[in-house]
Amino acid sequence: MASVKLPGVVASGIARVNFELKSFFGDPAAVVFTLVFPVLLLVVFGSVFTDSEMPGGVSFSQYFTAGMIASGVLYTAFQGLVINLAQERQDGTLKRLGGTPMPKSAFFVGKIGLYAVLYVAQVAILLGIGIALFGLSLPDSAFKWFTFVWISVVSLVAWTLLGVAFSVVPKSSRAASAIVTPIVLVLQFTSGVFFVYNELPEWMQQFAAVFPLKWMSQGMRSVFLPETYETAEVGGGWELPMVALVLGLWALVGLVLALAFFRWTPRGQR
Amino acid sequence: MEPAAITRALEAANVVKAYGTFKAVDGLNLTVETGQLVALLGPNGAGKTTTIEMLEGYRQRTSGELSVLGVDPGKAGREWRARIGIVLQTASDGSDVSVRFLLSHYAKLYPRSRSVDELIGLVGLGSKADSKVASLSGGQRRRLDVALGIVGRPELLFLDEPTTGFDPEARRDFWGLIKQLHREGTTILLTTHYLAEAEALAERVVVMNHGRVVTDSSLQDLRARAGDMATVRWVGSGGELQEQLTAAPADFVTKLKQEMGHEPVGLTVTRPSLEDVYLELVGEAAVGVSVDG
Repeated sequence: MASVKLPGVVASGIARVNFELKSFFGDPAAVVFTLVFPVLLLVVFGSVFTDSEMPGGVSFSQYFTAGMIASGVLYTAFQGLVINLAQERQDGTLKRLGGTPMPKSAFFVGKIGLYAVLYVAQVAILLGIGIALFGLSLPDSAFKWFTFVWISVVSLVAWTLLGVAFSVVPKSSRAASAIVTPIVLVLQFTSGVFFVYNELPEWMQQFAAVFPLKWMSQGMRSVFLPETYETAEVGGGWELPMVALVLGLWALVGLVLALAFFRWTPRGQR
Repeated sequence: MEPAAITRALEAANVVKAYGTFKAVDGLNLTVETGQLVALLGPNGAGKTTTIEMLEGYRQRTSGELSVLGVDPGKAGREWRARIGIVLQTASDGSDVSVRFLLSHYAKLYPRSRSVDELIGLVGLGSKADSKVASLSGGQRRRLDVALGIVGRPELLFLDEPTTGFDPEARRDFWGLIKQLHREGTTILLTTHYLAEAEALAERVVVMNHGRVVTDSSLQDLRARAGDMATVRWVGSGGELQEQLTAAPADFVTKLKQEMGHEPVGLTVTRPSLEDVYLELVGEAAVGVSVDG
């Protein structure tokens, strides 16, 4: 057999991103829910705590927006992905792809691409509603926007890879949402998304500090809160190098786990 | 490598697949030559799907030797995947996109794909090309599955129970498609539990039961086996039903008439059908229904 050039990671990866997007947007209910859910939470929390101003004239919704953007990644790239993969493992999507010459990495590229697009859309809607309803102020320096972008990218990659690896835990797509939802909620409560982080019990802070959501939220606070808030952080500052380190490490852990545990077929079919 | 091995599309020697103490495949020996169309026939639970999924590289064997297109499917890479085509037993994926989009996506993953229009024409989905996959009927969905299996122009195509649940007309259309692929030179291994399907398609039928090959022969041989013996039945002088298995029924009946001195009452001569031969081969398992593994 003459050797034929196989489509590479880039070509296959682009094809996958295109397919994932078309496939996702083919289900309008899922699109609306994914994009609107964080906004819904912002509106509910922003309206409930409308009078509770934090020191320095910062509204609670300003604080909450930072956490909600961080959570958006968790909702889509982790919770959404785990459920989506469990479904695709069940309906034969993954088995079929596993039988093609597509590089495995192209599959991961497709998922990261899909969730990157969803994240950008989600953030745009969140910021738009925040400005319109709650007088949210946007980052006021190029440095803050830069921070916003790199934290988003690293978190997105880390959570997507962790989602790929974690998707092998639930046995069915129904079990997937039951297992992943409490994890997401516990992380949000302990990482300073729903509550102000420095007011949480110390053990809770230490628990959350192991996981990426706390660091992403902290990084996002550096983007959305004034400098006067920096000293209020538990670590005494925004600790951006530490944010980069922890998120980067989790991305690496995600990659190793995804490569080691990801499988095309349901458990028990081997 | 021996010259003979080059023409061999597939070779399994003493392959065992055990789940705990249960052996789903128990010492399988099978070879398929390049260009052959072979049907793997057997009742539910015979080990057909386990066998085909080991050959496709989805399941790892417990022991034995396996070679598909000269490569161990348990360790095969992307080049090998580009040369095989797989039609799985069940799939309900891709429901939110159109038939054309799904096919064009998969075409991008292979090095020398068929054109999407050619594929749609081949499987007869022209009227459904722009419909969402979710709107297809069971038979249309299955034809889409075949299109996805052959998008990369495979040298070797696996089909796992491709026509289960088809109405007779859809089944006949589908057989035409398989025969056409075979004429174009594709080596095909398909599993089925319909004897008629094996009869209509394959030049060679491998019957499996309890994880083993119980017979491996051409259809002619299988039919010949069916024709060897005949059963003569009649009612004896005391009113009891008599039965005699014989290779020469005409001689026997002539002699019987002479002995009895009159036309034997209730005389019948029957030969086993192909189906009888098959049922005998797979024994009691053909009656009991179990979940296919």
